[in-house]
Amino acid sequence: MLGFIIGVIVALILSVLFMLFRIQTLVSLVKTAKSRVDSFNKLNAALMLIVPVIGFILFIWYSGVASQYYLPEPASEHGKMTDGMFWITIYVITAMFLLTNVLLFFFAFRYQYKEGYKASFFHDNTRLEIVWTIIPAAIMTWLVLYGNYIWWEIMKDPPKDAVVVELMGHQFAWKVRYPGKDNALGKYDFRLTDNVNEMGIDFEDKNANDDFMSGEIHIPVNHPILFKIRARDVLHSVFAPHFRLKMDAVPGMPTQFLFTPTKTTEQMRTELNNPKFNYEIACTEVCGRGHFAMRLIVIVEDEATYKKWYAAQKPFLENNPNYKGKGLNQYLKKNLAESQQNTKEKASLIP
Amino acid sequence: MAIETHTNVSHDVHGHAHHDGHHHHKETFITKYIFSEDHKMIAKQFLISGLIWAFIGGAMSIIFRLQLGFPDMNLSFLRPILGGWILETGKLDPEFYLALVTMHGTIMVFFVLTAGLSGTFSNFLIPLQIGARDMASGFMNMLSYWFFFVASLIMFFSIFLETGPASGGWVVYPPLSALPQAMPGSGLGMTMWLVSMALFIVSSLLGGINYITTVINMRTRGMSFSRLPLTIWAFFLTAIIGLLSFPVLFAAALLLIFDRSFGTSFYLSEIYIDGQALPNMGGSPILYQHLFWFLGHPEVYIVLLPALGITSEIIATNARKPIFGYRAMVMSMVAIGILSFIVWAHHMFVTGMNPFLGSIFMFLTLIIAVPSAVKAFNYITTLWRGNIIFTPAMLFSIGLVSVFISGGVTGIVLGNNALDIQLHDTYFVVAHFHIVMGSASFFGFMAGVYHWFPKMFGRMMDPNLGYLHFWLTFIGIYMVFFPMHYIGIAGFPRRYYSFTSFDAFKIFSDLNMFISAAAIITFAAQSIFAFNFIYSIFKGKKAPENPWLSNTLEWTTPRLPGHGNWEGDIPTVHRWAYDYSKPNADKDGFDDFIPQYVPLSKTPHSNLPHEQELAKFEQEEEQSNVNAQH
Ligand code: HEM
Ligand SMILES: [Cu+2]
Ligand SMILES: [Cu+2]
Repeated sequence: MLGFIIGVIVALILSVLFMLFRIQTLVSLVKTAKSRVDSFNKLNAALMLIVPVIGFILFIWYSGVASQYYLPEPASEHGKMTDGMFWITIYVITAMFLLTNVLLFFFAFRYQYKEGYKASFFHDNTRLEIVWTIIPAAIMTWLVLYGNYIWWEIMKDPPKDAVVVELMGHQFAWKVRYPGKDNALGKYDFRLTDNVNEMGIDFEDKNANDDFMSGEIHIPVNHPILFKIRARDVLHSVFAPHFRLKMDAVPGMPTQFLFTPTKTTEQMRTELNNPKFNYEIACTEVCGRGHFAMRLIVIVEDEATYKKWYAAQKPFLENNPNYKGKGLNQYLKKNLAESQQNTKEKASLIP
Repeated sequence: MAIETHTNVSHDVHGHAHHDGHHHHKETFITKYIFSEDHKMIAKQFLISGLIWAFIGGAMSIIFRLQLGFPDMNLSFLRPILGGWILETGKLDPEFYLALVTMHGTIMVFFVLTAGLSGTFSNFLIPLQIGARDMASGFMNMLSYWFFFVASLIMFFSIFLETGPASGGWVVYPPLSALPQAMPGSGLGMTMWLVSMALFIVSSLLGGINYITTVINMRTRGMSFSRLPLTIWAFFLTAIIGLLSFPVLFAAALLLIFDRSFGTSFYLSEIYIDGQALPNMGGSPILYQHLFWFLGHPEVYIVLLPALGITSEIIATNARKPIFGYRAMVMSMVAIGILSFIVWAHHMFVTGMNPFLGSIFMFLTLIIAVPSAVKAFNYITTLWRGNIIFTPAMLFSIGLVSVFISGGVTGIVLGNNALDIQLHDTYFVVAHFHIVMGSASFFGFMAGVYHWFPKMFGRMMDPNLGYLHFWLTFIGIYMVFFPMHYIGIAGFPRRYYSFTSFDAFKIFSDLNMFISAAAIITFAAQSIFAFNFIYSIFKGKKAPENPWLSNTLEWTTPRLPGHGNWEGDIPTVHRWAYDYSKPNADKDGFDDFIPQYVPLSKTPHSNLPHEQELAKFEQEEEQSNVNAQH
């Protein structure tokens, strides 16, 4: 019933609007055009000024309101650099944006149609063209050089003592592996993956013996960290907003990201006045149904706490002793034997 | 000069023959409205199809905006349309959310702004503005539309599949798009997406070849390249870009089809999914991304350049002023065209590609900002000391310049690889490309419709509704897309069904609500346009031949140009398209515009010195032509 009433009301409003429109068109048919422009030209011109001005006020006002939410608090060394550059770039482009939009709308308003006025036949000026080619080119050059410098600071080769953490994305979660006491990650192969050995670790490799998995990432503060990133099924992307870190996880092509966290989780909690704060990793490459919920927590702690935590972790093999020595060669041999068996069986079927 | 005259004369003769011939064969309903070879009818077909697609694509964005803005809302009322995609709980299915986003992107980019915009106006304006009776090949042109039509049908029906349409994003990156195990949309829906896109590419290529040939070969006498209206330059360059880049997408799609159906491993390697290790080894998902973006980036300019061309024309006409820096405009379009092919990997800074490539592509990307800035400055200077008439088309054109700048400047942030690390695949990107590509091209589309409607349908659209439509749309899109910058800077990733899983993304729920409300209002405002459009086709005020007092040739045709466009001879062109408000034109008996067909010899008072020279030359030539014909 309510729906019906609403429908009737909407229909009524629409028909009234339509009638108004008809009247308006009929009236305009009767009016013979004296001028080239209709009476709305002035209004449109005025709006060219009013709308951008209101827009500008809203922009300033909301940028103030939202400033508390801008780029999340940076917590990595390179993050401070990129943030600095980000804000400089924002100032530059805001200036460009304002300058050009102001001119655009001001000219639109200022040079609205006037009876008897004749537009100027000004259509070419090489000097102007050169000036406004060179100025943006110079600004761009500066930004390129500046950005490139930071880029290479971020993409530099990892130092030997970097803490290595392996992250593997799959539908729809992250798996984390540490190299264990020997500080060397064991090999892996996707064919070794199963429900327990979810990262396909190759236990024929001695280095894998003390590798351990973890449900969270623990890393020491102020120490270079190397994320080794891969994916098991489809593309994923590791995104840690507070560390200004993002790198795709690609099946068949391992990637990596080097960074140095500068604040422990505890520090952030006090700084942000939020006792529940946690560093998070999200996925930023669409990967299917659960893409929006691939959350992983990162805990940054001081060196000592980290060491203690690290030492307390049990290697994967300790929890799953039956995986000892299981690896790629064994798998391949088994596979080969199976396929030979199959061929034999098939051959025996041939009379 | 002599050669040009010669070819054009022979073409003119051909034109006559064609024109005379056309009175004899009768047009049936089918040849006139359906399998038409008339470029104007084909343009209208593209226009109507494009608008229908725009409505569908827009409606999809409203549905997923409801989910984003009002995550707790009960969407059961959508069940009659969406059926099982609305879960028991009254919420949208997360996979269907992705399907909607994917379809929305695909539809908007390819079906609305490539086919709808370029298809409509390239077809309509190229012959009319260069002075040709039709396209080089009417038949190929017809095929172009019908390939597009079949592609549309396939894409449309894929939406109703049990397993849903393609859902891996409009870029359909493998392995997600290659493996039906990864998501249901990668099954039949993805196959149909690929088939549809393959047909779409065929359509684009057929159209593009035609546009290029027509512009090169069929210009009327006197229409040298340096006298082409900027619209034609834009369509011409767009067609060339399309011709060079779409085949690469075709190749990418073909390899994906192979990987999906024939067990090859172009894009697949070392995959364990659904409890099974796949046999594929040695492929690279990154290869697909390179191929895709080799089209994908030029595609941005394929949708943008026609809009910029349209704007140039409309701004000059309605500012009653020559476009400022014609030569610089052409050169910057050429530069953009060339550069657009060598910046593609800026979409891939964080894919793990070699950081050295990242450096190179940042450099190339930021270069492209320069010709874009030059264009913006030229538009602004065109307004300076103009005598501006705010027609709806003019309003949309000015709006275009504004959004082109606003969206363009954020590209400077994203093109910087160090900054893109944080912003890549966040709402900052969504804001950027919706403003610079989506809104700018959409504004160009609307501007074009308002401006050339009188020539298309012989009637005027109601200007007052046009003003209302513009202001609501202009304010609306800024309200929708500008706030997305804030959300993006805060790190919100795109293609997220909901932001509740992360502490970092729990903020801004009020802003998201605001955006959704603004989107609904903006979308609703388009109904004003829909009404105006349909109403005016049938009941609009009859249009004069040249309602905007414009210089270009299409306004010399009859109110409803027939097959062949001009009833008599094709006009000859004697000047560029921008002789607006030329000093002393009144002494020659002209108002504030001198159309392109007016010989220089008729305007001795207003000619510039070098034109005075040309006028003499022209007269001699005229004489010799007359002699030759007798
Ligand atoms: C009614 C106006 C529109 C609204 C409200 C809108 C809104 C959105 C939103 C919110 C997204 C991101 C969804 C997500 O990442 O989860 C999106 C994606 C997208 N939109 Fe729009 N949009 C509109 C018009 C357009 C237009 C005119 C274009 C043409 C360029 C366009 C092209 C795209 C593309 C290419 C994507 C990316 C799809 C993907 O991620 O695969 N949209 N749109
Ligand atoms: Cu994901
Ligand atoms: Cu690009």
